[in-house]
Amino acid sequence: MPLYLNDDQQMLHDSAAEFMKGEAPVAHLREFRDKQCKDGFSHALWKQFAEMGFTGILIGEEEGGLGLGHVEAGVVLEEIGRNLTPSPFLTTAVAGVEALNAGGKALRDKYFPGIIAGETVLALAIDEGTKHRPDQISMAATREGNGFKLDGKKQFVVQGGSADMLIVAARTSGSAGDEKGLTLFAVDTNAPGVSRDSARLVDSAVAAHVQFDGVTVDADAVIGEVDDGDTVLRRLLNAGRSGAAAETLGVGAGSMDITVDYIKGRKQFGELIGSFQALQHRISHLYSEMEIARATVLKAQQMLDEGSSKAELMVSVAKAKAGKATALSVKEGVQMHGGVGMTDEYDIGLYMKRDRALQEFMGDVNYHTNLVAEMHGY
Amino acid sequence: MSDLETFRAETAAWLEANCPPEMREPMTGEDDAVWGGRNATFKPGQKEWLNIMAAKGWTVPDWPKEYGGGGLSRAEAKILGQEMARLRCRSPLSSFGIWMLGPALLHFGTEAQKKHFLPPIARGEIRWCQGYSEPGSGSDLASLQTSAVDKGDHFVINGQKIWTSYADKADWIFCLTRTDKNEKHKGISFMLFDMTNEGVTTKPIVLISGQSAFCETFFDDVKVPKEYGEGVSSVVYEVNKGWDVAKYLLGHERSMISGGGSEGATSLGAKFADQVGRDAMGRLDDPMLRAQMAEMDIEVLAFRAMAERFGDTFKAGLCHPAQPNMMKYAGTEINKRRHELIMSAGGSEVLEWESDATNGGMTARSWLRTKANSIEGGTSEVMLNVISKQILRLPGA
Ligand SMILES: Cc1cc2nc3c(=O)[nH]c(=O)nc-3n(C[C@H](O)[C@H](O)[C@H](O)COP(=O)(O)OP(=O)(O)OC[C@H]3O[C@@H](n4cnc5c(N)ncnc54)[C@H](O)[C@@H]3O)c2cc1C
Ligand SMILES: Cc1cc2nc3c(=O)[nH]c(=O)nc-3n(C[C@H](O)[C@H](O)[C@H](O)COP(=O)(O)OP(=O)(O)OC[C@H]3O[C@@H](n4cnc5c(N)ncnc54)[C@H](O)[C@@H]3O)c2cc1C
Repeated sequence: MPLYLNDDQQMLHDSAAEFMKGEAPVAHLREFRDKQCKDGFSHALWKQFAEMGFTGILIGEEEGGLGLGHVEAGVVLEEIGRNLTPSPFLTTAVAGVEALNAGGKALRDKYFPGIIAGETVLALAIDEGTKHRPDQISMAATREGNGFKLDGKKQFVVQGGSADMLIVAARTSGSAGDEKGLTLFAVDTNAPGVSRDSARLVDSAVAAHVQFDGVTVDADAVIGEVDDGDTVLRRLLNAGRSGAAAETLGVGAGSMDITVDYIKGRKQFGELIGSFQALQHRISHLYSEMEIARATVLKAQQMLDEGSSKAELMVSVAKAKAGKATALSVKEGVQMHGGVGMTDEYDIGLYMKRDRALQEFMGDVNYHTNLVAEMHGY
Repeated sequence: MSDLETFRAETAAWLEANCPPEMREPMTGEDDAVWGGRNATFKPGQKEWLNIMAAKGWTVPDWPKEYGGGGLSRAEAKILGQEMARLRCRSPLSSFGIWMLGPALLHFGTEAQKKHFLPPIARGEIRWCQGYSEPGSGSDLASLQTSAVDKGDHFVINGQKIWTSYADKADWIFCLTRTDKNEKHKGISFMLFDMTNEGVTTKPIVLISGQSAFCETFFDDVKVPKEYGEGVSSVVYEVNKGWDVAKYLLGHERSMISGGGSEGATSLGAKFADQVGRDAMGRLDDPMLRAQMAEMDIEVLAFRAMAERFGDTFKAGLCHPAQPNMMKYAGTEINKRRHELIMSAGGSEVLEWESDATNGGMTARSWLRTKANSIEGGTSEVMLNVISKQILRLPGA
């Protein structure tokens, strides 16, 4: 597969770009932030996502979706990133759907129609500490009757407050650090014993701390196999991480573009500041980092779609590289805007904030750098 | 099986059967590369490998067959490269003719020039060097002064080049000369001539690596015929239009030098963990070095994806024409950092400059040599200037 978008993917890119820019540009984020929107995103927009077919991107055609892959999900996510569009796309249509794809038909029949229609929102209840450490999951799921009882706490559950269903990773055996013994559950958020406490984040998205107090679920809430949750979790994480990398890439690219535009127009010392070599060299370096990140993200997604055994390594490389490049982009962006870069009125600061939140989502640069070392055997 | 899968299987089988075992061992130094030419020297297996590959046209797999190439499609050439890498087959031939002059001739040459010059390049019979830089003209290459004066059926060349890599070992030179003093870019011609011509002399320059693959090259009333045969002009493209050829060739040169960033993409970490030692968890027992190694693994794998994407988009005509400058910049900077890390992981042992244990200080010499990557073929600063102007369209050209 050549490492660029094919014609169909390019068409999807064009329509996603037009849609985000037209329906949900940065002004849309500001509007929702300023009215202190409870869920942090527009349900009406989520419906429009559905009309565009985006919500069913990873759902098989026989189940009413588009039957596309991670490359296509990434194409949409990059435009989401570029426009800072608030939506539950990554958690619901990408990571959530990918987990359900590994589960049974009953669960898919239950949730897919609502997701495709843009009515259902999913959130991922994985992390328990302040950093992403899925290997350290200790929340307990004990057998009870023909089902399970869940007790414990999850945090940084993005869109957890507005979600209809949570994908919860808990321990049915073993202890924190063990690879086996995890089980994934689909838990409806109105189940008794689930309490959620939402917090607005720096990027004005909303994430929840979720408490499970003796929440009982049926055996058919299990996604995949009991004690073998790591297989499903792996799929979920690969989809979520490569997706987050694509969205991060969009944030970095968007931030670079507005910065290039800005320095082409701002005059100091009687010259356009974009003509100063000190700035040119830094922004050209940034351009080169963004191009490398773009190739890396696309490579990871192609490898996932091909089912390559090295896909996981490349996903970590992509999350780390996109993270580094975009962190540089927003930092240089604010700096090159000068004083106005610090103001709320200019958009560049919004990019910096979204980048920070995405860095923490599903593993930051250090986390994935460590994984790369482990996968390479040292 | 699809045609490409069949091609992959057949290629792998053919390589297995034909690549001599010596050519599947890792290279131990620069002198393991095969440069060909009239005075070529070969180690065991090298000549055999060159000849078998040249016979199939696989020294230049994607050149047309009539010019000594393999006539492979883009996809097939990519598969050949992948299979060679997988089976650790060495490249049969290192050559400025293949990397630089060949692509320029394929693009700008006349049919007669292509038929005359390309097959000997593909077979490794003629070794070429590049006469671009002059003592006063490096980054500002178009200010070059070496003159070529039209004398009817020949030109007379006078001047000096510098940094001519392997000029003392090369058979022919592709040389930029000034044919019009009143124009800067539009007064340059791209000429081909034999280094054994009377009036050509070379003097090696010793580098900080102790190696001296580079020369000062002097031209003292060198007579260059206008034609080497019917239609085989010594000037490529047209007189005074050599800058177009030079720039096109630099694009290829820059992509080639950038390859450093993708070379040896296998992780160094595990190897160094075995040398430095491992902690109770099996990790490289030097957390800072381990972190740096892993960061470098990410940079190298990421750049390798970029190199693949660049190759694919370049061949499909989808990349920005100035993109090779970005590849050159990024690849060479990564390569330099990578060699810093190799030195640091090697510790005191790799400092031995002249000893059998270090194969004559190979690691240290390679480290020093990489410092030229961000200078030769245009410096990193110049690459960034080009990106700023041609890709980002920043003001102040
Ligand atoms: C939080 C805050 C508080 C402040 N408080 C005060 C205050 O109390 N009183 C006051 O008077 N001012 C104050 N300032 C203003 C501050 O001094 C200016 O923001 C600063 O001088 C930069 O000017 P500028 O914002 O116009 O950026 P610009 O001059 O437009 O610069 C934009 C970018 O171009 C770069 N640039 C500009 N010229 C060149 C060049 N020749 N070569 C290379 N790069 C160049 C800059 O480094 C910057 O990255 C404050 C600013 C901030 C952000
Ligand atoms: C190992 C090696 C092999 C080489 N092989 C060949 C060869 O085979 N054939 C050949 O023709 N040449 C060859 N070269 C020459 C090479 O192309 C030149 O060295 C290169 O173009 C830089 O020119 P210079 O050395 O004159 O440096 P200068 O142009 O003098 O540059 C000095 C410094 O100033 C910076 N600088 C210059 N202009 C600008 C600008 N506008 N903006 C910002 N910074 C600037 C440069 O980046 C550099 O850091 C080789 C060089 C080396 C080191």
